[in-house]
Parts: sequence; structure tokens; C-alpha cells
Amino acid sequence: MDGERSMTKSELIELIAAKQSHLPAKDVELAVKQVLEIMSDALAQGQRIEIRGFGSFSLHFRPPRQGRNPKTGETVALAGKYVPHFKPGKDLRERVNEPDDDLTPSASSRASASTSASTVD
Amino acid sequence: MALTKAEIAEALFDQLGLNKREARELVDLFFEELRMALAHGEQVKLSGFGNFDLRSKNQRPGRNPKTGEEIPISARRVVTFRPGQKLKARVEAYAGTQQ
Repeated sequence: MDGERSMTKSELIELIAAKQSHLPAKDVELAVKQVLEIMSDALAQGQRIEIRGFGSFSLHFRPPRQGRNPKTGETVALAGKYVPHFKPGKDLRERVNEPDDDLTPSASSRASASTSASTVD
Repeated sequence: MALTKAEIAEALFDQLGLNKREARELVDLFFEELRMALAHGEQVKLSGFGNFDLRSKNQRPGRNPKTGEEIPISARRVVTFRPGQKLKARVEAYAGTQQ
């Protein structure tokens, strides 16, 4: 299924550092952490984030509701709250949907195997 | 107004002392690497901020809302964002400051 492979923050820092060899790795690490801090801060203040070609982050409001304590069964009033929401941009949506031709040879061999088997029945 | 790449770069320049060109390149590269990872089918996990996950959707029936004509929506892969605990807690606190 999807999501077996993943990239973490430290791997992201390494990838960027490899392409910005004039900057010390430590500076890249600080900068990446700071970018995430700037973005979190904006959302925490109710500000939208719009990154062209990537997507936008905004807050969605969840209205107050009656919840229940699962242990005691007691009802509790839950206040309304905001949750972060991401909407992928057009470029990201398209790129995620293109078949990967470069990195996954297994995907293309699977595809050709299924076309050759498609005449059964 | 919304936070954009230009403003993130400006903040890096102010806060970290990167020069403007370095700051701009870094911000561009940051989002480009995220996009490339996702385009290659990799989930992205940024602790404290959140995870960008990929979900495969099967083909399903759709309809042109204008003409009412039925057209299938093809199978596709989509990106979803799951905010991390820390970001959720910070954003939730914003509700308290409204009204």
C-alpha cells in the first residue's frame, strides 16, 4: 500500500544540505526547523499559509459539542476549536498522481505483468 | 493576509541572518523536496508539525454538476495532512482568543 516509504525531518535536512553545500549543515538544520516554526506560528495566530505549487494551510472551525467520557459514560461539554487543514495545490495534486517512472521499477514491471494477464477470460 | 514563501524567506533573513538569496533558495528547496518525496510515493513526517500522507482512491462514479452527465472519477493518489499533537494544541488555543 501507499506510505511504506517515508521521509523524516532529519532526512529532509540532509537532502537540502546536500544541495546547499555552501551552507554548513547546522545552518540548514536551524533553517528547516525555523521554517516549521514560522508556519506553526502563523497558524497559531489564525493566519493562512499559501505556498504556490504546493498548497495552502488554513484553520477549520469545529463547533462545540457534547462529548462523553468513555470510562464513566458521563457527558461533558466540549468547547469549539480550530484545527489545521491543508489543501494541496494543483501542481502537487498532479505530481502525486503521475506514475513514478524514475524511482520504482517494480511499479512498471507490475503494470506490464497486469496488461499481459488481461486477456484471461 | 496569508503567509507566503517570500515572507518565510524574509523571516529567515531577519531571524537567522541567512542572506536574502540563501533564504529564498532554502525555502524553495524545502517545499520542492516535500513535493518530490510525495511525488515518489513517500510519506513525509515532520515531527511537531504533522505528517503528509498519501491515500489511494479507487475509481468512483461522478457527475458533471452543470449538465448532470455521469462521468467516472478515475482512480487517483491524493495527499492528506495530519497535524501533529504540538501544532494541534497551538492552533486549538487560538479558539480561546477569538470573541
